Amino acid sequence: MWLSAVITVLITISIIWVLLSESVKFFSEVSIVQFLTEKEWTPLFADKKFGILPLVAGTLLTTTIAIAVALPIGLTIAVYLNEYAHIRFRQIIKPMLEVLATIPTVVYGFFALTVVTPFLQSFIPGLAGFNALSAGIVMGIMIIPMISSLSEDAISSVPRSLREAAYGMGSTRLQTAFGVMVPAASSGIVVSVILAISRAVGETMIVAIAAGQQPRLTLNPLVPIETITTYIVQVTLGDVPHGSLEYRTIFAAGITLFVFTFALNNISFWIKKKYQEKYD
Amino acid sequence: MTNSDKNRLKDKAFQVFGIFCTFIGLVVLAVLIVKIIMEGASRIDWSFITSLPSRRASRAGIYSAWTGTLWILVLTTIIAFPLGVSAGVYLEEYAKKTRLANFLEINIANLAGVPSIIYGLLGLEIFVRQMKLGNSLLAGALTLSLLILPIIIVTTREAIKAVPRSIRDGSYALGASKWQTVWHQVLPASFGGILTGVILALSRAVGEAAPLIVVGALAYVPFAPTSPLDEFTVLPIQIFNWTSRPQAAFLVNASAAIIILLLITFLLNGIAVYLRNRQQKKIKW
Repeated sequence: MWLSAVITVLITISIIWVLLSESVKFFSEVSIVQFLTEKEWTPLFADKKFGILPLVAGTLLTTTIAIAVALPIGLTIAVYLNEYAHIRFRQIIKPMLEVLATIPTVVYGFFALTVVTPFLQSFIPGLAGFNALSAGIVMGIMIIPMISSLSEDAISSVPRSLREAAYGMGSTRLQTAFGVMVPAASSGIVVSVILAISRAVGETMIVAIAAGQQPRLTLNPLVPIETITTYIVQVTLGDVPHGSLEYRTIFAAGITLFVFTFALNNISFWIKKKYQEKYD
Repeated sequence: MTNSDKNRLKDKAFQVFGIFCTFIGLVVLAVLIVKIIMEGASRIDWSFITSLPSRRASRAGIYSAWTGTLWILVLTTIIAFPLGVSAGVYLEEYAKKTRLANFLEINIANLAGVPSIIYGLLGLEIFVRQMKLGNSLLAGALTLSLLILPIIIVTTREAIKAVPRSIRDGSYALGASKWQTVWHQVLPASFGGILTGVILALSRAVGEAAPLIVVGALAYVPFAPTSPLDEFTVLPIQIFNWTSRPQAAFLVNASAAIIILLLITFLLNGIAVYLRNRQQKKIKW
């Protein structure tokens, strides 16, 4: 039985090994300096350029938009459900919000492309058919329940005495929430945001459908871009021969993505561990 | 206006904003579902479900897609269920609280945070190339099994944790061995919770497209798979394919396929919620 537990370690080792071994072959042909500094990514064209920056920029752009949508809404929901809402209301609303997290991401991609983009185009002239903005917004909606439920757990685990003390001083609910509860639960809220960022960075289908497949180094949310994940999908959809340089680019892109999410996840574990017992 | 009045006003304003935010997600959900049903529901008929994909939108169906999804679902269950549950039982009941156990825990939490597309790259290199399974159902199911393994392990552990100590003590007092206690007492008592977790994990697997695209699931499969080594497509990939075509008729097909996919995910989630509620009602420790 311990074998099944050991398999989980094997999976991690294999992920790292697979990503590393193909990337090492990639970096023997393309210098790592070029990979990190060049401003164009065109491995599928005749004139090949291997700068990862445009893909990283695309990923950061969609992630930033998603968090800009999900953080204020998710945190407000968490505070509202905890400090204002009736308990019955909370019991009904929470599972309904969770439904948002169960919808397959292709469905969100379809929604972003066929509903949100046309809607935004009606008042943002110059918005391209594929763009980072609508993909980011829809991704944000998808991760609302992630931020709201993790933050709500964090807020509700703040001891009652703190809230009662705040009320005793004559604070309103709003002052109690943002003056006492949110700061007290800040480590849990930060963890929820970091996990949400990690999720958004790795999200694939929404951006592959709605954000376009044009790597470009820009922070303009109105034009088509390409994320790291989209690039991997774009290459594997076609027929790229095993062992070719193009084939190896997806592993180089993959390891870049893995480094980002791995770092984010471990920062969140670290924060959780460091601060979780503060009130026990 | 006094300071206190201002604060009350702000308090009320935030309450309104809170209600607004709470419903924003639900409104989007409603718009999404209404739009898809209005566009796709009339496209669903018997021939849509029993037809193979076609280059003509009006003749195309989802037969190979839903059979592929069903195959993937069954194979993934067979692979991931025993592995995940036994790992969960081991970690919760057998593993001592050592450094190693701590490391295993962090490792599993890390795996749960790895993006699904990375699992696709893993599957592509290990199952498709090294094990030479090709772009087969089996390679896809193995990849998805690894993807949902951390979820199953974590929920299994939670379910086992909820079994009170007194049950184990009672079993030991009657002279049962560790294994007998786990097999005859702990597992039956926590089975509802374990099943809930497994079903939720499977519903996640059903909706995944990215890792399967990477391991080489095809967008155009003009046959229904008949063995685990056949090439395949699944509903999410079929939807992706139809969505990325320019003709409007294919978007209608995509909506119709989304209805079927959502029905499957909601059904799985519904079963999981039902099981969880029943478990909570039936057993009061």
